[in-house]
Amino acid sequence: MNGINNINKNNKDTQEYFSRFRIPSGCAVFGIVNEARERFSGQMVMDGISVMHERSNGLGGGFAAYGIYPEFKDDRAFHILYDDAEAKRQTEDEIALSFKILFSEEIPTTKISGIVNPPMIYRYFLKSKGNGDTFTTEEDLIVDFIMHVNRDIRGAFVVSSGKNMGIFKGVGFPEDIGRFFKLDQYKGYLWTSHGRFPTNSAGWWGGAHPFGLLDWSVVHNGEISSFGTNKRFVSGFGYECTLSTDTEVITYLLDLLVRKQKIDIELIHLVLASPLWEEIERMPEDNREILKSLRILYGSALLNGPFSIIVGSGNFMYALNDRIKLRPLVAARKGEYLFISSEEAPIRKVCVSPDRLWHPDGGEPVIGIVRKEEIKKDMKSAQATQIDEKPERLVKIGIVSLNKSQGDLNGFKIKAI
Amino acid sequence: MALKLKQSEFEIERDQNKCISCEVCVRQCSNDVHEYDSDQDTIYSDNSKCVGCRRCEALCPTGALKIRNREDQFKTNYNWTSSHLNNIYRQADSGGVLLTGMGSDRPYTIYWDHILFNASQVTNPSIDPLREPMEIRTFIGRKPDGLEFEMKKNKGSKEGLKNTNIRLKTRLSPQLDLSTPIMFSAMSYGSISFNACRSLAAAASEFGTYCNTGEGGMHKDLYKYANNTIVQVASGRYGVDTDYLNKGAAIEIKIGQGAKPGIGGHLPGEKVTEDISNTRMIPEGTDAISPAPHHDIYSIEDLAQLIYALKEATNWSKPVGVKVSAVHNIAPIASGVVRAGADFVTIDGLRGGTGAAPQTIRDNVGIPIELAIASVDERLREEGIRHRSSIIAAGSIRSSADVIKAIALGADAVYIGTAALVAMGCHLCQKCYTGKCNWGIATQDPYLTKRLNPEIGTRKLLNLLRGWSLEIKEMLGGAGINAIESLKSNREHLRGISLNDRELAILGIKHAGEAW
Repeated sequence: MNGINNINKNNKDTQEYFSRFRIPSGCAVFGIVNEARERFSGQMVMDGISVMHERSNGLGGGFAAYGIYPEFKDDRAFHILYDDAEAKRQTEDEIALSFKILFSEEIPTTKISGIVNPPMIYRYFLKSKGNGDTFTTEEDLIVDFIMHVNRDIRGAFVVSSGKNMGIFKGVGFPEDIGRFFKLDQYKGYLWTSHGRFPTNSAGWWGGAHPFGLLDWSVVHNGEISSFGTNKRFVSGFGYECTLSTDTEVITYLLDLLVRKQKIDIELIHLVLASPLWEEIERMPEDNREILKSLRILYGSALLNGPFSIIVGSGNFMYALNDRIKLRPLVAARKGEYLFISSEEAPIRKVCVSPDRLWHPDGGEPVIGIVRKEEIKKDMKSAQATQIDEKPERLVKIGIVSLNKSQGDLNGFKIKAI
Repeated sequence: MALKLKQSEFEIERDQNKCISCEVCVRQCSNDVHEYDSDQDTIYSDNSKCVGCRRCEALCPTGALKIRNREDQFKTNYNWTSSHLNNIYRQADSGGVLLTGMGSDRPYTIYWDHILFNASQVTNPSIDPLREPMEIRTFIGRKPDGLEFEMKKNKGSKEGLKNTNIRLKTRLSPQLDLSTPIMFSAMSYGSISFNACRSLAAAASEFGTYCNTGEGGMHKDLYKYANNTIVQVASGRYGVDTDYLNKGAAIEIKIGQGAKPGIGGHLPGEKVTEDISNTRMIPEGTDAISPAPHHDIYSIEDLAQLIYALKEATNWSKPVGVKVSAVHNIAPIASGVVRAGADFVTIDGLRGGTGAAPQTIRDNVGIPIELAIASVDERLREEGIRHRSSIIAAGSIRSSADVIKAIALGADAVYIGTAALVAMGCHLCQKCYTGKCNWGIATQDPYLTKRLNPEIGTRKLLNLLRGWSLEIKEMLGGAGINAIESLKSNREHLRGISLNDRELAILGIKHAGEAW
């Protein structure tokens, strides 16, 4: 009705709208990972996604960043949106019951013209108290907690809940959201970003992407025609789709398959975008057995219809197209960097001459695994890397940066340390 | 001649100008409707004997015959319909249970006809099955809770499976592999002719799907199709021995049938010919009466024992399923059956067919298959055991659209019985129980059975499977789906029309006009 005024509402009514209706949307996705776990500024991913302005319509933009909270790398980082102080009070009461709060603050933002009427956005660094029950993993408790908050507390929405990672999202174009959250001042080794082109008029901060659960973050372009099947499949394992979005159900599928059912990430594409039966029948017998079993068992986890997704997690970035490639996806490598994007332009924007640039086939995954051994190095030199990483170095390895300086972390003062 | 109160349901119109008295109709009608009077050189017809099978009409070379329904048999009465009056006259004459054949023809809501399917526009593309792969291959059987792999990564591997050695540690339970999610329902040798059985078996085998023996055992001449045959174990245990069990591709324990939940079956002795006596392993000419319950299954734990006994008897090499009729508590019943170890559950709905059933039971007992499928799928998912069994929907699947809707409500595959018989020539006269089927299907009279050429029957069935499969692919593609797995339980693609809130809630679908 009154169009633009409605757009930036962040209230429970809108959240209910989002849970009642499934809103198809076209989108832009872009992700960068440094496999050596070297951290770089969010400016690079902002520069990239901004090139795909045309692919979003200002009703949602967001970023997932990994490696941004090295000081709390073993603790849960919760990003939470609140409509009002009451929602905040209720949620913090709930948090205090289940967690030890190490540190909390309002996420620093800056006023920009493209972003109006934002909700209250807080972050918490938490240690789980557990419930003394050895049968439930910490992750399961956290999933339960988040589902409880998002469903039961009016005006509160947990945006991300991983370790050493965070999701920044809202209603606006992604480049504006990035500036709003001052992401140029954060450094991470893995970034994904999303610009949204939904087919509805209402916008809701919680409904922007990436969608996050535990360490997972998912950005997605497409509309999954198997949504009903996938939703009912995960519901059989206790996942309740509260937002009716494809991204949510994809996240739950990943959590179920990788975390709970322990399927190796390198096999996941065989489930989510399984090969055709005629391809399976042509495989050598060992592989045929594996593929056949996966498909027979996880037929309901097949994502059907057009999609390209970029999945972030603490240890890898993963991208996948639907099996007949109905959505665009481009990948490129340069040194330790892996870029994945809806279009080639953002990659060229931040990396003029990649070593290799390719268009993955439908159903062919692109995985950038962040090396584990670098963790130690990263721990030792966490502070050093932040300071040492000069734009020149990025230019040298072919990554053309970055208009702005790396920032001074002013926006994010770690008070606890 | 005794007074006949029952009125004829049909009126036979013979155009005497066209009739050439060739006596085709006289020879074709097993009900002796037509009679040739040589003195008059005229054929007379007795309306009261006509069952409306339209064999004579179809075969009359000059098109002289028309069989018309007599709508106005009695004075119009909304409450006391012709059918009620005729039934009472019949019972007043006979004092018996009224028998009938085929599925119920009562005007209960047919939910298939109140459900609409979806298609893609703009936000996602429809897929053209003529140009893109479209997969409808379906597996029926138990799925494990998860798969275990052994992965050894070669050094330097980064992407894909190329450099990784993977071994699957979990072994899948035996599965039925269907090229299309349509199988032929249980129809026993005895209730239908050998030629009909052979047509079904040959067509299933050639198309890569399955037929079902029903409770009458498997004729030795059909053993060559055994790899595409599900063998049934019913309460009468006719024709069941180790050989029979091990020949089949799967075993189905028949607890109930949609047309006659809670009661057994009766094959009259005159139908038990030498061949049928051999196949059923009962003496020639004796009545084959299957008991209402299995007398070794008085509760769910007994069913579990039978399931595992059959698995042991076949060395765990084939799926063992259970067929139940859709009754009021079908959801917990199905849940129990799954927990008892069934690899698939066949649910036969209110309108499911039969060769013979008491009319009052057929028309008044059970619930429609659409509601049963929806509530069973829902319950099994709530309990987290949906993957343990496949669900097969049966009981009046009339078209490829019904198949699509059944799968979107939660079935893995469907059984078709009546549709298959219709493809072979059945005209639904509902007189299967008389053994006088003029189309050579539900009869053992050699004069009648030879009317069904098994080669032609097979071809008709293959055509039906092919046509429906193509239509399923078209509808899938239109909805932007290219694998039938992605349709299973995908109720987002269904909308109800002219249904009330309660019905929509049970079906788990939105009303037409409601968006995502």
